[in-house]
Amino acid sequence: MREQPFSAMPRRLKALALLSSTALLLSACNAAVLNPAGDIAAQQRDIIYIATALMLLIIVPVIALIATFAWRYRKGSGATYDPNFDHSTVLELVIWSVPLLIIICLGALTWWSTHLLDPFRPLNRVSASKPIDPKVRPLVIQVISLDWKWLFIYPEQGVATVNEVVLPVDRPVRFDLTSTNMMNTFYAPTLAGMIYTMPGMRSTMHAVINRPGTFEGMSANYSGAGFSHMRFKLYGVDRAGFARWVGRVKVSGPALDTPRYLLLEQASERVPAMYFSTVDGDLFRRILQRCVKPGTPCSGGMHGGSAPEHGKPEGAIFKQGEEKSGGESVTPNPGTQTSAPAPHPHQDH
Amino acid sequence: MFDEPVAKAIFGRLTLESFPIHEPILLVTFIVVALLGLGLVGAVTKFRLWGWLWREWFTSVDHKKIGIMYMILGIVMLLRGFSDALMMRAQQAIAFGANEGYLNAHHYDQIFSAHGTIMIFFVAIPLIVGLVNYVMPLQIGARDVAFPFLNNLSFWLTVAGALLVMISLFVGEFSRGGWLNYVPVTNLQNSPDTGPDYYLWALQIAGVGTTLSAINMVTTIIKMRAPGMGMMKMPIFCWTALCSNVLAIAIFPVLTGAFALLLLDRYVGTNFFTNDLGGNPMMYWNLVWIWGHPEVYVLVLPVFGIYSEITSTFTGKRLFGYSSMVYATVVITILSYLVWLHHFFTMGSGASVNSFFGIATMVISIPTGAKIFNWLFTMYRGQIRFELPMMWVVAFMLTFVVGGMTGVLLAVPPADFVLHNSLFLVAHFHNVIIGGVVFGLFAGMDYWFPKAFGFRLDPFWGKVTFWGWVIGYWVAWTPIYIVGLMGTTRRVNHFDDPSLQIWFVIAALGALIILIGILAFVIQIAVSIINREKLRDTTGDPWNGRTLEWSTSSPPPPYNFAFTPQIHDLDAWYDMKDRGAGRPTSGFIPIHMPRNTGAGVILSGLAMALGFGMIWYMWWLAALSAFALLGYAIFHTFNYNRDYHIPAGEIAAQEDARTQLLAAGA
Amino acid sequence: MAAENTGFYVLEEEHHETGSATLLGFWIYLMSDALIFATLFATFGVLRTSFAGGPSPREIFELPLVALNTGILLVSSITYGFAMIAMQDGKLGGTRAWLAITGLLGAAFVGVELYEFASLIHEGATPQTSAFLSAFFTLVATHGLHVTFGIIWLVVMLVQLQQRGLHAENRRRLMCLSMFWHFLDVVWIGVFTFVYLLGVVA
Repeated sequence: MREQPFSAMPRRLKALALLSSTALLLSACNAAVLNPAGDIAAQQRDIIYIATALMLLIIVPVIALIATFAWRYRKGSGATYDPNFDHSTVLELVIWSVPLLIIICLGALTWWSTHLLDPFRPLNRVSASKPIDPKVRPLVIQVISLDWKWLFIYPEQGVATVNEVVLPVDRPVRFDLTSTNMMNTFYAPTLAGMIYTMPGMRSTMHAVINRPGTFEGMSANYSGAGFSHMRFKLYGVDRAGFARWVGRVKVSGPALDTPRYLLLEQASERVPAMYFSTVDGDLFRRILQRCVKPGTPCSGGMHGGSAPEHGKPEGAIFKQGEEKSGGESVTPNPGTQTSAPAPHPHQDH
Repeated sequence: MFDEPVAKAIFGRLTLESFPIHEPILLVTFIVVALLGLGLVGAVTKFRLWGWLWREWFTSVDHKKIGIMYMILGIVMLLRGFSDALMMRAQQAIAFGANEGYLNAHHYDQIFSAHGTIMIFFVAIPLIVGLVNYVMPLQIGARDVAFPFLNNLSFWLTVAGALLVMISLFVGEFSRGGWLNYVPVTNLQNSPDTGPDYYLWALQIAGVGTTLSAINMVTTIIKMRAPGMGMMKMPIFCWTALCSNVLAIAIFPVLTGAFALLLLDRYVGTNFFTNDLGGNPMMYWNLVWIWGHPEVYVLVLPVFGIYSEITSTFTGKRLFGYSSMVYATVVITILSYLVWLHHFFTMGSGASVNSFFGIATMVISIPTGAKIFNWLFTMYRGQIRFELPMMWVVAFMLTFVVGGMTGVLLAVPPADFVLHNSLFLVAHFHNVIIGGVVFGLFAGMDYWFPKAFGFRLDPFWGKVTFWGWVIGYWVAWTPIYIVGLMGTTRRVNHFDDPSLQIWFVIAALGALIILIGILAFVIQIAVSIINREKLRDTTGDPWNGRTLEWSTSSPPPPYNFAFTPQIHDLDAWYDMKDRGAGRPTSGFIPIHMPRNTGAGVILSGLAMALGFGMIWYMWWLAALSAFALLGYAIFHTFNYNRDYHIPAGEIAAQEDARTQLLAAGA
Repeated sequence: MAAENTGFYVLEEEHHETGSATLLGFWIYLMSDALIFATLFATFGVLRTSFAGGPSPREIFELPLVALNTGILLVSSITYGFAMIAMQDGKLGGTRAWLAITGLLGAAFVGVELYEFASLIHEGATPQTSAFLSAFFTLVATHGLHVTFGIIWLVVMLVQLQQRGLHAENRRRLMCLSMFWHFLDVVWIGVFTFVYLLGVVA
């Protein structure tokens, strides 16, 4: 048996790798997740930091021990060799109980923070320094994920947009979310985490934005051909700016009535921001219950199920000869857009 | 021509458009693969090896040969799966702003789906099953597994699934639903093409193979241990193999069920996972993740066993806290079945449900941490020999704990609300799979290769492989953690934010470093074969091992042990060496062995034809294959002549040869 | 050398009871099959009220027919039991006779089930009508498919019994088929209770 002389390289190189990773990680400090504009996202970031710190309490000593033992007990180092040391009750107790204690702390943190930051739960504060004002009603925004763009309906303001959502700073918002066909997640990293949008189901997410600015939003669940470009812009503006924006939307763009919605619903990708000056008050409910098309019976909530609005394809073994296709899925080539109204370019406030 | 009714009846939905004659990358790949394939077939024909291949390998029911074939399958598929990875890294490194990259969504989405599917089902599973197959029967002092024919069938069913996935590259398309083929993307309405069908049929077929293999391994471990080997005297690798396979039996039927329901939706028009008529896509997500989470423990538990064996051997000490390790393994097995919802915390299950699953997930880190500590204290006061297997162990320990940490972080639902489906998540699971499973597989291959082939692997190229993988992993994946923390989501083929590009370029560089590691591994095998006489081991025990496989010759004889060992203690071979047990050199008796059979190859070939027929709507092919499958299976049961005895003289000759080899080497 | 061997190697002829491994392995396979049924039951549980405007259980289930079918299957389990008793007693003729009766009862079960499906589809209650019906048809048909495979296996056993009599291998196969048959009976009790009875009562 040939012996290999132990080289110090492995341990040192790994330590270097870990140090540089930490440095690189810290350099991402400007990032949306680690420096968010929304209070919920800020609290979520704090949870990330606390949980990481708790775990580093164990991980750092463990990594140090691995490196130390690997070095100290290498053959030829002259350290004590005790081939019969294979059991120690005390050590076992420590080995099982120390991680257990850390997990108890983490578990408590988990229970508390999961309930506090539950997306279904209305906000209990506007930010760390601003409590919630019970007289202020949350702004309601209805969010629908289509293939492959986002529709935002402001029911109280009576307007709608595609791929653009504007929020007044420091006002709590309640998002009501659903989807038409695919499952997506509504995700603006700076705001409040994410939640799934699912056809026939309504999700809820409470959020607030605490400073003005321009931010990115996206879907974070793969949903097909246009997924990579299913992005929206999130704007934080002051109260006056919000009122001005609503006013502007009210005088630009067509009405989002049923025919225009059905046109919008057709598959399209890379859709620029659009404004709709009015919107059917009932539209969100009908999208949720999958009966926008006139004549389709509405599904009564989650149970029961709805009739398909646009027909349902037959199972493969029942399809007639000409219908069988080995071809593409029902998605257009990249780059095409729907023949919806001309997009309205967003203006700076 | 293909539009005529007759052609449609014969070819289903297969047309000339199904072949990628307009896709240059695929065309070139096909030409290269075809040339390589023809070259291989030509060489085998020239050297008249078909008969030998059929008799000695393809129809073999010997667990050792089947184990080796599994390893070859896994390594070949690793090359394909890694090519997908390289393509993705290249695309994500260049596709910023006006630059669309070279892969549009249509191709990119198939590539990430194929990458994950291949790596889990056709690389990780075969390599793990291969190692367990080879080593476990030897470690328990058995001559083969409980059901040798089933073992052969399981292998070929896995090959059938792999072939279907490979064919999808050149005929038709693969799924674009991710490695779990998510609905609603893969509903018939949204994906009427062949993609999801290739996925579903390939995995149903391979899944049957894996389930049968798991049943086989569990029965073997329970029923066929050598006398005196109580459960708590069994090598730790066998414990982890047992728990892993019990878990596999507990989960694969759920996946089979979920896929069957989606297949019914696509072929019969049922409403399980549709958006309308009462269907519930969330049910699919729950079912596949009930499979999906325990699956990763199916992969990692045997690897933990490998680490235990190697640490114990190369520190020259018994494993610290053996009982504790066993309990930890069992606890991990049970807990892993209770955490699946952490894959979709953001689906809105409510705070109490989310908290339960989050806390349950974190609790798994306690027994896992106990294992790390036990390996540490095995090293403590040992005499560590840093041969290649032990290097992999240390690299694993340092890498895996970071991945475990990010996993526990993701298990906190509010953290997951921000990081779900981000590249942070992708970095986490690659961290634990590469740092855990892949490093462990390389460790196991370096460790047990000499046993299987009688010569060691070249250490220099082994070190190049090692450094390529370890450095490459950190360079490739640390930037991905970073962009994940910057709010970047996964499965995206184009970015708008130019500040991200540097990270993706570094990641691509890391992937190239890993490529060096993979190429070095292939070179290592080639060089070792060429230099095998210099690397020869005649003792059968090159590492001063502690478990029974090291008591046999390298490679072991077909019957493994001329006489079944009698066990007295844990680390049975160490115990035998310690107490001066001699090898019996006379008094051999005939040994009962199972016969080879071609039934596994034939049944799997028919299964593949059935799958292909169903995918392409060639109903006549599907029906014919299904009937042939049933018919041949019944026909096979009429063969009662499935075993034979090796005469005592033959065994004596084999054992005498070994005696001489040992004497010459001493 | 030989003297030091004692205690570390088993030197005498070994008597393997290979049958027990087969039975354990088959039992474990049955548990995996039980999990497939569990998946189908769970799916049925989730989708059982998703009528999508289509028929509900009360409108389509004919309990008397289902009760008859249940009786047929339960009796077939008893007749299989008689077959096993005959096998233990070494009576080839008795074994084959009881097996044949079991097979006929099984075929009657499948026949009644096919009739039930045909009439449902004729009424417009198809698997494509709603998620509830998809789940119902799939769960019940999967069970029926298992029974069908059991009957095929049974017929093959009848042939093999004729060829080799109560050979050890045949006995082992009959024991496996026995486990399979009784297992299907237990699953049917689950189907009968959760699908039919609960569907009509709830």
